Amino acid sequence: MAEPRNAFEDLPGDLMMWILIVSELLVFGAGLVAFLSVRIADPNGFADAQATLHRTGAGVNTMILVTSGWLAAMAAVAANAGSLARTRVLLGGAAALGAVFLIVKGIEYADKAAHGITFETHAFFTFYFLLTGFHAAHVAAGIVLLGLVAVRCHPRTVEVGTAFWHMVDLVWVILFPILYLLG
Amino acid sequence: MKYQTQKIAYAYFVTAMALFAVQVTLGLIMGWIYVDGNFLTEILPFNIARMLHTNSLVVWLLLGFFGAAYYLLPEEAEREIHSPTLAYIQLAIFILGTAGVVVTYLFNLFEGNFLLGKEGREFLEQPKWVKAGIVVAALIFLFNVSMTVLKGKKTAITNILLMGLWGLSLLFLFAFYNPSNLALDKMYWWYVVHLWVEATWELVMASILAFLMLKLTGVDREVIEKWLYVIVATALFSGVLGTGHHYYWIGTPGYWQWIGTIFSSLEVIPFFGMMAFAFVMVWKGRRDHPNKAALLWALGCATLAFFGAGVWGFLHTLHPVNYYTHGTQITAAHGHLAFYGAYVALNLAIITYAFPVLRGRDPYNQVLNMASFWLMSGGMVFMTFTLTFAGTIQTHLQRVNGDFFMDVQDQIWIFYVMRFGSGVAVVLGALLFIYAVMVPRREVIEPGPTERAKAEQMAAE
Repeated sequence: MAEPRNAFEDLPGDLMMWILIVSELLVFGAGLVAFLSVRIADPNGFADAQATLHRTGAGVNTMILVTSGWLAAMAAVAANAGSLARTRVLLGGAAALGAVFLIVKGIEYADKAAHGITFETHAFFTFYFLLTGFHAAHVAAGIVLLGLVAVRCHPRTVEVGTAFWHMVDLVWVILFPILYLLG
Repeated sequence: MKYQTQKIAYAYFVTAMALFAVQVTLGLIMGWIYVDGNFLTEILPFNIARMLHTNSLVVWLLLGFFGAAYYLLPEEAEREIHSPTLAYIQLAIFILGTAGVVVTYLFNLFEGNFLLGKEGREFLEQPKWVKAGIVVAALIFLFNVSMTVLKGKKTAITNILLMGLWGLSLLFLFAFYNPSNLALDKMYWWYVVHLWVEATWELVMASILAFLMLKLTGVDREVIEKWLYVIVATALFSGVLGTGHHYYWIGTPGYWQWIGTIFSSLEVIPFFGMMAFAFVMVWKGRRDHPNKAALLWALGCATLAFFGAGVWGFLHTLHPVNYYTHGTQITAAHGHLAFYGAYVALNLAIITYAFPVLRGRDPYNQVLNMASFWLMSGGMVFMTFTLTFAGTIQTHLQRVNGDFFMDVQDQIWIFYVMRFGSGVAVVLGALLFIYAVMVPRREVIEPGPTERAKAEQMAAE
């Protein structure tokens, strides 16, 4: 007796990747809710702390990561079309832009460190370092993952790898306005 | 019994249940010490009784896990256990170590001795020679079960079970690190205490539950494996960084408050997953397995683990809440129901499943066993409620009003009396359980006309 197909079986890529993506979104979501809750108690302190952030750098980083996501999406299309070389080039481009993102991020952290700003400076920075640091760790992991699926290049594996990468840029697109811009 | 070496599990389960009886009896004694603070102060100081209560719990649960592994691995891997002799040597080491611990604690022998004396910490205080013995026994065990699986069939259940057992054994090595800085000591012991019960033990729990569901409900292995992977992934995702909820007020940096709060909040997910898994499997199941008692324990385990570990854990895991409730009876309430639901009930489920087979009495209805489930679980749930109420009042009086600890203890005395009552129910339930699996030789209750008709119909098919 064949059971009716359920929605889980129609997910692109792998169920476990979607479990991971949903878990990550829960963590970042909870982190942002906590950030916004603590901010209510000290709006001025948060605004002052936010003013020290480098908005232009983060804006450039947003464009870098979104472009990288676009390359990853193109890679998934190319993989489905069966074009192995093109898939690998596109994945390489996506990973390279991910590395550029990390370099810009590193410069930002170095600048904060030079000004003596740490986790403990203010509640704002506790969240700033936790959320962007955790995100940066995922960018690094994503670069490794993109490399892996470029080596083991099948439409399904590319779909799994790029799904993770889209989660990484989606999270950034939410982090950026809330941490850097929200007035 | 398909494989002769499954018999090894019998010795492990019997030893585990003997220690279980010791553990709950000590619990009852401590329950009375809460009522009458001077009870046994000279003979059995409270801190010693507490060490024995928690240590015997951990050791009997581990013995149960080992027994479960020896029972289910041959069926899963489709071959005999690599070496029964090694398995019995391993058990002997554990019994020797446990006896050594009990004697050392009770008479406070070799105090201050590097090798033979207890270490005087709150957790992982066993004498070094016992810890070394545990490592040797664990190595023997890992060798034995890994050889069995490597030579046999590998399934998701055996893979996850071995992952959990390897993980918990390796993490135990942190028990040897005993820095003189108390904050560091606390930081590292959670690598054992937390990463056992909220990570690696969950893998063991999920795989044993999966084995039971496979046998009891007859649902396809493929479906069970998918659930198993999802549960394990969410358990590790939330549980590992969830360690942060032990780092709130011990001198670690402040960011742990948010890491612990966020990740440990998600620890409820795998426990919810296990509960959903157990019930969905039973609903989907096509097999009417005669061992209803094992099914009752398995469902009870998943449900009480969700409430005890999941809900009661969440109750005080957010650091703004824990700031007030830390170390009150709220913690005790959570600890009792979490350990009972997740790991005690799990062991009793696999024992209930395996015993009729191991003793050649399959099938029989185990009505007494089911009665013990309701008595023990009812007692434990009542205890959880009394301690929760006690903890709520204690939090208010002590942490909000700032009253003195001992004054507050007097105020919540009535709850300790009620808790002692529920403790009596738990101990009676435990003894009834042991009697029910060890003694009766045939059905306690004759089947009625409906059951007989069903049996005849099944026989005709």
